[in-house]
Amino acid sequence: MTDPARDQGPLIPRNRAAHPPAYDVDYKTTVARSPRWPLLSLQSTPTEETGPTFGHALLGPLDNNLILNFTHGAAPAVGERIRVHGQVLDENARPVAGTLIEVWQANAGGRYRHIKDSYFAPLDPNFGGCGRTITDENGCYEFMTIRPGAYPWPNRANDWRPMHIHFSIFGTGFGQRLISQMYFQGDPLIDLCPIAATIKSRSQLDRLVAPLDMAASRPMDYLAYKFDIVLRGRRQTMFENQPEGM
Amino acid sequence: MVQPLATLTETPSQTAGPYVHIGCIPSFAGNPGIYPEDLGKRAIEDGARGEIITITGSVLDGTGWALRDAMLESWQADARGLFPGQPGADPMVNGFCRFATDGDSGEFTLHTVKPGAVPLRDGGMQAPHIALWITARGINTGLQTRIYFQDEDNSADPLLARIEQRPRLDTLIAQNAGVGQYRFDIRLQGADETVFLDI
Repeated sequence: MTDPARDQGPLIPRNRAAHPPAYDVDYKTTVARSPRWPLLSLQSTPTEETGPTFGHALLGPLDNNLILNFTHGAAPAVGERIRVHGQVLDENARPVAGTLIEVWQANAGGRYRHIKDSYFAPLDPNFGGCGRTITDENGCYEFMTIRPGAYPWPNRANDWRPMHIHFSIFGTGFGQRLISQMYFQGDPLIDLCPIAATIKSRSQLDRLVAPLDMAASRPMDYLAYKFDIVLRGRRQTMFENQPEGM
Repeated sequence: MVQPLATLTETPSQTAGPYVHIGCIPSFAGNPGIYPEDLGKRAIEDGARGEIITITGSVLDGTGWALRDAMLESWQADARGLFPGQPGADPMVNGFCRFATDGDSGEFTLHTVKPGAVPLRDGGMQAPHIALWITARGINTGLQTRIYFQDEDNSADPLLARIEQRPRLDTLIAQNAGVGQYRFDIRLQGADETVFLDI
């Protein structure tokens, strides 16, 4: 799926203003976990321009169906059935084909299936909360799941996470690696969430809010939400192979 | 006004949160069985050519406390400096590995092959190194850094040469801790803060 001419060039330097700063006192855990020194900025090297690739052979038939994958199809998870779909592009607006997307989320009651989640909302015996898929030749992906619940978390005295799905995306180079979160259109908790608010640009935060997509829904079955993702791009110029300054 | 650019802006990062393991290494989260095995379980397969090494370390916060909920990823070349997928690369080297800091001790372990030096596009060589990407609750954007090796010649590495303060350079050097053993601690802030990269 890789195209050497397109997929191995130098990476466009990351626009750090598009991302949250490391330190944000309202998200208290960042205080002790944020570097104080500026990052050391360098042009990408083959180390960042290459990265792991994963083929479709990796995927099981239910990997992109969180409603069914925990029970291997035996029984569906509880919750509002939704389809999430979108396209992965790079900064040059080119589809990123054949890239692995992993997702994880809480169940419909806002409880994660994790040894360290002790929230008293019940576990769903039929829901694991993780899935994965690989983008097609157009960079498109989709998966089925249930809408996750909001949940409280220890930060300020009464902080709640809006409904969200975690996304992990690889791209074609290790320097494109990205983890983010998808929120849901209309959720009033987005505006109250200190983690969402680590993103200082409202227009950037809005890009994490998936709109309800009725055209992609299925009557009498599921609603749909659309979530497009943009990864770092690669420089594209006919002068790229000349020494700098020539 | 000017013409609009055709370029897009990267999707903003958000923290991986405390439950990153559910999605990335579900067996570690206590949920085996959804996939045959966790992705990135091994950096190498049996028969990888070169010196087999084990790197152990912790990810320490500004107080010196080791994170118990971090997840790291590594990416590296094989013993001859070739990345997986490149012609002639060692098929037994996966190059990519995922590992969490232990929930009790905070220690991580990376078992892999020592990478070779990697040439740059325009000449010059990078000293042997392993790229790291660190995510955790409280880390808003994954942190990039590199592991170099105490027993390699790092004097001509272009990245290390960009670090002005010699004590900071040492934060990227794994220390020998026995035959085939290295120690590499990552300090997120405070004295000896690790050099993190924008690369």
